[in-house]
Amino acid sequence: MAIKKVVETGWWERIYVPEIVRGVALTAGHFFRNMALHTAHIFGLAKNERGAATYQYPEERRPLSPRLRTLHRLTRREDGSPRCVACMMCETVCPARCIYIVAGEHPNPQIEKYPVRFDIDLGLCVMCGYCVEACPEDAIRMDTGVVDTSAYTREAMIYDMKKLLQLSPTPTRGINSYARPEDLKDEKEALAGH
Amino acid sequence: MPADNADIADIADKGGAFIRDIRVRSALSAGTPSGVDTHENGMNYIISFLVVGFVFSTVMGFMYILLWAERKQSAVMQDRIGANRATFFGLPTMAGLWHNIADGIKLITKEDFIPPLGNKFLHTISPMIALFFALISFAVVPFGGIYNLWGYNVSFQILSLNVGLLYVFAVMSMGIYGFVLAGWASANNYALLGGMRASGQMISYEITMGATIIGLLMIYGTLDLQQINVAQGQLWGGWLPLWGVILQPLGFILFFTATIAETKRIPFDIPEGESEIVGYFMEYSGMKFAMFWQTDFIETILAAALSTTLFFGGWQVPYLMSDGFHFPWGTVWTLPVIAVMLLQVGSFLTKVFIFCFLLMLIRWTLPRFRWDQLMRLGWTIMLPLSILNILVTGLVLVLWRS
Repeated sequence: MAIKKVVETGWWERIYVPEIVRGVALTAGHFFRNMALHTAHIFGLAKNERGAATYQYPEERRPLSPRLRTLHRLTRREDGSPRCVACMMCETVCPARCIYIVAGEHPNPQIEKYPVRFDIDLGLCVMCGYCVEACPEDAIRMDTGVVDTSAYTREAMIYDMKKLLQLSPTPTRGINSYARPEDLKDEKEALAGH
Repeated sequence: MPADNADIADIADKGGAFIRDIRVRSALSAGTPSGVDTHENGMNYIISFLVVGFVFSTVMGFMYILLWAERKQSAVMQDRIGANRATFFGLPTMAGLWHNIADGIKLITKEDFIPPLGNKFLHTISPMIALFFALISFAVVPFGGIYNLWGYNVSFQILSLNVGLLYVFAVMSMGIYGFVLAGWASANNYALLGGMRASGQMISYEITMGATIIGLLMIYGTLDLQQINVAQGQLWGGWLPLWGVILQPLGFILFFTATIAETKRIPFDIPEGESEIVGYFMEYSGMKFAMFWQTDFIETILAAALSTTLFFGGWQVPYLMSDGFHFPWGTVWTLPVIAVMLLQVGSFLTKVFIFCFLLMLIRWTLPRFRWDQLMRLGWTIMLPLSILNILVTGLVLVLWRS
């Protein structure tokens, strides 16, 4: 068991005044640095230097990590129809049982199935990302950058297929939510070549 | 009997002369050449009212700004932004200034709770006592000199009192009643303990405060704050202003520390300790609670004003005489009286503002003293040092004058 030794204060600390001056100099330094920055911001200068650590939340968002799992979206084929083939992998793997899929027969025999309903109850979702991992068709992703999902009723927290298809990835994120920016460039080029 | 009557008349006449003498002297010290003319007297009353209004509104304005600075300055010191959301019908937020008004509305409309077992009268009157004695201390603080404007003498000191400094200390000591009564009338042991801590702390530090200024009094030889201020306008060797801090550096540090202790703010906030050791205002809510806070802020301004007046030349601007600047290298800038007045009053207010900033800086930098540390600092460090200050000052004065 570690016992923290009490640091004995010498006479220099015990006359208080020099240590108080040191502390006040530190806080005053912060004050004048931040005040100078705030004043410069009023005149439109030094915009990339922050005068405070605060993010003024509703107006100003923190930059999100590219790996962050945010609100789900369903991806589309080139013709705009959902990429999902209603294989039920995500519904099966979901630990929170928040995905509900009703499969229908697709006119194209190569695709076989498509989802008639695809609901995610975000009131139950634990944002684990297993659905994204399980999907064989890359039909569901968690890269919208929406972190403030909220509603006044439980029913409104259930997002249906229409809503999930309309969501788009954040502009800073790209195709693969797990990719680094330099990987994204390669992937885009590969897709363009495809 | 005529002889007795004559004696009585004589005595009455002498008494009247004495009273008249006092009136003339007080009028003289207030700058009036004659206290006889009724028309001038009337005008003097108007001027007095204006000065009282000026001082009161300045103090309250400073309090409002301090309330705002408490939030914003602490925020900027800690790399935060601070309260900036309150608006008034969509007007600009003005860097959070509306929050004070929001506070006021909230505190006035809040429930005013009086403990059922407490003393209702004392519970109601104690915040008023505290605030009253904090406010009337400003009566003798000179916010400026005496200026002759359009034939009238305008003195920026409400009460020209020849025991001004004693008055300030007396009134500040009376303020303790507010805190102790608040603790006692709440019928709450924790509040009572807070009140006891307040009285213990303030009595301990008042002794140091009183002993500290004795060195200053020995140098200037007066208790009148206006005369102390005038004396600080002298130049030493023709260029160095003889401010109190130059003559009494140790005295200044001790006095400043003692005044911080008097304001009961953070390094010395044992009476309040609002975050954990709840203090004397535990059973207070609404505007009565806010009155204790106002007392704290006004005492902060008083600490700043007293430090300015006693140690930093008060309204004095270096080299500014009553008719303009007289620089030590011989240059003379002649200024009209009104410009001198504005410069000197502005100088006082600027110094008070800087001191308020400094007090706020100290309040948001230092941690709280423990009770035994507080008592040890007060009785075993500051009191001996202030007595040493008296001895050294007296010795130097005796050697200087002989």
